[in-house]
Amino acid sequence: MTMTLMKGNEALALAAIRGGCTHFFGYPITPQNEIPEFLARELPKIGGVFIQAESEIGAVNMLYGAAAVGCRVMTSSSSPGLALMQEGISLLAAAEMPCVIVNVMRGGPGIGGIQPSQADYFQMTRGGGNGDYRVPALAPATVQESVSMMVQAFEMADCYRTPVFIVSDGMLGQMMEPVEFDNIELKEPPEKEWKLTGHGNVRKPKTIKTLMLDPARLEARNFELQEKFQKIAAAECSWEEYLIDDAVLVFTAYGSTARIARNAVDQLREEGFAAGLIRPRTLWPFPDKPFQQLASRCQTVLCVEMSCGQMVDDVRLAVNGKLPVAFYGRCGGMIPSPEELVAKAKNIMKGGRQ
Amino acid sequence: MCNERVLCAGFGGQGVMSLGQLLTYAGMLDGKHVTWMPSYGPEMRGGTAYCSVVVSDNPVGSPIVTTNATCAIILNLPSLEKFEKSVVSGGAIFVNSSLIQKKVNRKDVRVYAIPANELAAVCGNPKAANMVMLGAYLAVSKEFSLESVIEAFKKVFGEKAGRMLDLNIRALKEGAAAVNATIELPKAA
Repeated sequence: MTMTLMKGNEALALAAIRGGCTHFFGYPITPQNEIPEFLARELPKIGGVFIQAESEIGAVNMLYGAAAVGCRVMTSSSSPGLALMQEGISLLAAAEMPCVIVNVMRGGPGIGGIQPSQADYFQMTRGGGNGDYRVPALAPATVQESVSMMVQAFEMADCYRTPVFIVSDGMLGQMMEPVEFDNIELKEPPEKEWKLTGHGNVRKPKTIKTLMLDPARLEARNFELQEKFQKIAAAECSWEEYLIDDAVLVFTAYGSTARIARNAVDQLREEGFAAGLIRPRTLWPFPDKPFQQLASRCQTVLCVEMSCGQMVDDVRLAVNGKLPVAFYGRCGGMIPSPEELVAKAKNIMKGGRQ
Repeated sequence: MCNERVLCAGFGGQGVMSLGQLLTYAGMLDGKHVTWMPSYGPEMRGGTAYCSVVVSDNPVGSPIVTTNATCAIILNLPSLEKFEKSVVSGGAIFVNSSLIQKKVNRKDVRVYAIPANELAAVCGNPKAANMVMLGAYLAVSKEFSLESVIEAFKKVFGEKAGRMLDLNIRALKEGAAAVNATIELPKAA
């Protein structure tokens, strides 16, 4: 096992290459620039292609083109850049183009700032593109998990013919942690019989398109897509539980915020408070199950986010009225401290305002 | 049990990011759980720069140590003013006394004043001031082996490391030696 110290962004980029990525299209934006920097240097060495597009809109549409000819493709950006890509993402989902899209989130709305944030949960799970579509969203909490999820994302993308989001943030992207790449086992990618590589006058032409003017055909097409989304929702929910069996208060948080919540759980446990943590690893599909299975001892779920409250909507849907759901959020690039979370939890456990 | 939360701060260009990375890498080579988190932003040479390092026997939660540092390694005056309050009671502050004449106000922390620039110049390159500070920290914390730090140096600096190694080991040793000479005992509160 060879451990090396890497920034989350660099690890994502190397994992992409190990995961078989051959094409990257993107446009620079902080705090994700280490990803294109790394791939601009490394992709050409393996015969891959790196293109700095003229804009995020250009990049996402290049992704469409390269995916359509069967390449393993990705882009990465940060919040306002993802906002620009939304039309393209709807197209990718509708055309079922396998690709990976990384969002290293920063504070918003608008151009916002460049410090860590999780205010794109809605953007990542509800989408800003038009139409009925879903995109699987994987949320790593460590640099090592960034690696495993990057590889998993490419495999999911090919397996389900879908774009897949990696939901990172400025903290996870910029921090360094030990990481190893030894245990990556790649599955054989499925045959892409739909890819467009030229008919050469020996077979009928194939098309990939999303315009369907006949409502009956478009409805049938929608139902097909929905069936796929249901299949993903049934198979791909993932989460981590930490000390929840006897917990009276259960935190829930994802990504870098989950690390801070874990510190808060440890501090509360040291002081004799029974706290636990549910960390969604997939944001869509959202893991309802651990919330539905919470023991009767649990009195409150406390959702913590670096936003003004977005995932908390999904937590409330999962809990479905059975428990009070409290919220604590910081935003704009401000990062909550474990002490803030401990204070909030104690306040709740004393019957304080939720 | 090891749970070091170290804040390294100074001017951009003084090598505080590298200092933090060396510490992090060394901790990793010693088998600890580690994280390194930089301040990032529209930074420039001469602006302030800092990084957080956590080295622990347990998996690291928050990588940010701006409120609960067990130690601060401070290379310039603005950083002292900014981070003096970030160190926990009973913690340690290492001050680069070559650039910081101001006294540390805290009475509940150990203070080590290290003339890092002068000592680095003695070693042959004033740029090694960060390594002098690191040497001082290592001498006090005792959580890291010198072998791991040297190995970390090779990893962090790659090909440059070879010709720079002797100078930097000297700087580490100067820093360690300076600790004993310059310790300021905490005054009664």
